Amino acid sequence: MKKDIILGGVGGQGILTIAALIATAALKKGLYIKQSEVHGMSQRGGDVQANLRISSKPVMSDLIPEGKADMIIAVEPLESLRYLNMLDKNNGWLITSSNPFNNIPDYPDIEEVYNEIRKIPRHVLIDANEIAKQAGSVKAANIVVLGASAPFIGIEYNYLEDAIKDIFSRKGEDIVEMNLKALKAGYDFARENK
Amino acid sequence: MNKILVLGDEAIAQGAMDAGLSGVYAYPGTPSTEITEYIQKSKEAKEKGVVSTWATNEKTALEGALGMSYAGKKAMACMKHVGLNVAADAFMNAAITGTNGGLMVVSADDPSMHSSQNEQDSRFYGKFAMIPVLEPSNQQEAYDMAYYGIQLSEKMGIPVLLRVTTRLAHSRSVIERKPQLPQNKLSLPSNPKQFILLPVFAKKNYSGLLGKQAAFETEAEKSGFNKYFEGKDKSLGIITCGLAYNYLMENCQDKEPEHPVLKITQYPAPSEMINKIYEETDELLVLEEGYPFLEEQIRGLLNKGKKVKGRLDGTIPRSGELTPNIVAKALGMSVNKGYEIPSVLRGRPPVLCAGCPHIDSFEALNDAMAPYGRGRVFSDIGCYTLAALKPLEAINTCVDMGASISMAVGAADAGLVPSVAVIGDSTFTHSGMTGLLDAVNKKSPVTVFILDNSTVGMTGGQHSAALGHIEGIVKGIGVEEEHIRIVKPLRRLHDENLKVYKEEIEYKGVSVIIARRECVQTLNRRMKLKFANKKKTQNVVNN
Ligand SMILES: Cc1ncc(C[n+]2csc(CCOP(=O)(O)OP(=O)(O)O)c2C)c(N)n1
Ligand code: SF4
Repeated sequence: MKKDIILGGVGGQGILTIAALIATAALKKGLYIKQSEVHGMSQRGGDVQANLRISSKPVMSDLIPEGKADMIIAVEPLESLRYLNMLDKNNGWLITSSNPFNNIPDYPDIEEVYNEIRKIPRHVLIDANEIAKQAGSVKAANIVVLGASAPFIGIEYNYLEDAIKDIFSRKGEDIVEMNLKALKAGYDFARENK
Repeated sequence: MNKILVLGDEAIAQGAMDAGLSGVYAYPGTPSTEITEYIQKSKEAKEKGVVSTWATNEKTALEGALGMSYAGKKAMACMKHVGLNVAADAFMNAAITGTNGGLMVVSADDPSMHSSQNEQDSRFYGKFAMIPVLEPSNQQEAYDMAYYGIQLSEKMGIPVLLRVTTRLAHSRSVIERKPQLPQNKLSLPSNPKQFILLPVFAKKNYSGLLGKQAAFETEAEKSGFNKYFEGKDKSLGIITCGLAYNYLMENCQDKEPEHPVLKITQYPAPSEMINKIYEETDELLVLEEGYPFLEEQIRGLLNKGKKVKGRLDGTIPRSGELTPNIVAKALGMSVNKGYEIPSVLRGRPPVLCAGCPHIDSFEALNDAMAPYGRGRVFSDIGCYTLAALKPLEAINTCVDMGASISMAVGAADAGLVPSVAVIGDSTFTHSGMTGLLDAVNKKSPVTVFILDNSTVGMTGGQHSAALGHIEGIVKGIGVEEEHIRIVKPLRRLHDENLKVYKEEIEYKGVSVIIARRECVQTLNRRMKLKFANKKKTQNVVNN
């Protein structure tokens, strides 16, 4: 088993939380991981990304080779396009939120962005904000996106649930429940719409 | 808890702690910051009383660590690569004094300049100082080498340099810890003259250092970190330095490389091992993250020996970090291509946060400078450097920490009057104070803006050494009191502040304007914490 995952978004959108949850789940399953993150300069409203590699064998490179990522998980549609050169054309999945984060003067027409996403044969485009709101809080949009990625990660769903319980438990039972709901909603959406 | 999931930086911190560290001395800087932050947050470190407060700059940090070593305890100094320039005087001379307690210097390099002014390679400093250098290839090795490095320092009586690069510093993996070693007891150096670098003693120490070179190399051959892997296909030999090894192995998925491979992670370079691979192969490929440090040494100035491929002959790009695909191409392998990046993609550069005090400072400064024309604002390094970009485009320089004030003085000397310097609070105490003293002594017609957001914003909001000291320092340096002005950078105070700016820029001597308002990120964090603590006490009361 081996999954190479690129996570993309804008600083402050919570991609490192997604990475930490998948990594926790992977460790629970006894897999090896490497997770390379961007810190520093690019966190101030700029683009951020992480490379997460999970495998049943030791992982060598901290960086995923170009064109070999199994998945791109993005919490922002424009950001989902930034790493397309990394995605494996033969079987890679692109999972992204459809909610634009517009903090640049030249943000393109969102329909053009969606068109590019739809050109990728294996993609999930999900209105994570709306689904997260229904689950209890728009703050869980990143968890909805994680849920939408769950069918493709290669780790059983219950490990992801356990990871959420682990990581959010100190924030209280309500927060855990809300995030589990958000995860499930994203998961269901992806299974119906893939 | 023997296995932990940590960043490369955190692995270094844990390794040093487990080796019996008594103090970490550091100034923040990407990608080194998380080493010290890990120790600051560590319960274990607190229980053991490990010193971990931020230093004012890298030089004071390294000197603090050297002082702890003098007193017999194990110390570590951490910085980003350019920080080692600031600490270089202490660093070079610490190699001459040698150590008492173990002393490890960590320098985190940033090839590809993800968040730095240059991509200098700290291994040169190690060679320059003639001390052992460790360059881990992965998180486990980062841990092991920190653990070993401090002990190597004690064994050799010399500081040891540990070099990491961004990708390892900021990548997480699982590591296994070793048994915890005790801290040292307080003890003075056995030779009371060891740390007195008067020529008469320094000469002796220096010949001692030269005398140890062979032992350093033997250690590099024998410690087990440098490894030789035999290979059947001798048409090529591959030497990897540091984490380049991972990129090589990434491309040999699931099988041993066919060519002989020499994995180097400890210097001075093990010449016996290098000789072996040189002799038994037809040509060499050198893979290193950073400058062609080893490649240049092996190839030599005249390049008359066997063919050596690497960054110098164009097999690998001359600058920037390695990637798995760069290494694949160097090995003559085909690489995958992903999708084309669509043209609708736009850049998303980092920007000043909404509500950042720097925005209001620069809006007023732009208005104040408008009558004088462009090209007069000497800036420094910090969040405020983002004012170089649109929409503010307010500054003209960013070179090295503290350069703003000294450069403004030099430009004013050349006739560029008025010249203005813009510097953050942390940068001011890091390296700006001495430049201000020059200005005062010369009575330079410069105006210095100290943008005091009361934190080290750029690197994530660490404690600023300047906190509570700025007026006192500026006064003490000799700036006239009526030309020390304090403003609060707020949009609604724009006109009021602009008037102050204009007055001081017109003044033909040294003036300092302190623009003080807290960084909104640290303010938010502080408020959240306050709120959480309040809730906690309320719960206690209610219960
Ligand atoms: C010699 C050196 N050390 C460290 C750094 C990393 N660094 C860049 S800016 C900065 C701090 C800036 O703090 P401050 O001057 O208070 O400005 P702010 O970011 O808070 O606006 C640091 C530590 C560096 N570039 N050079
Ligand atoms: S982190 Fe603080 S100082 Fe830096 S841009 Fe944001 S608000 Fe401004």
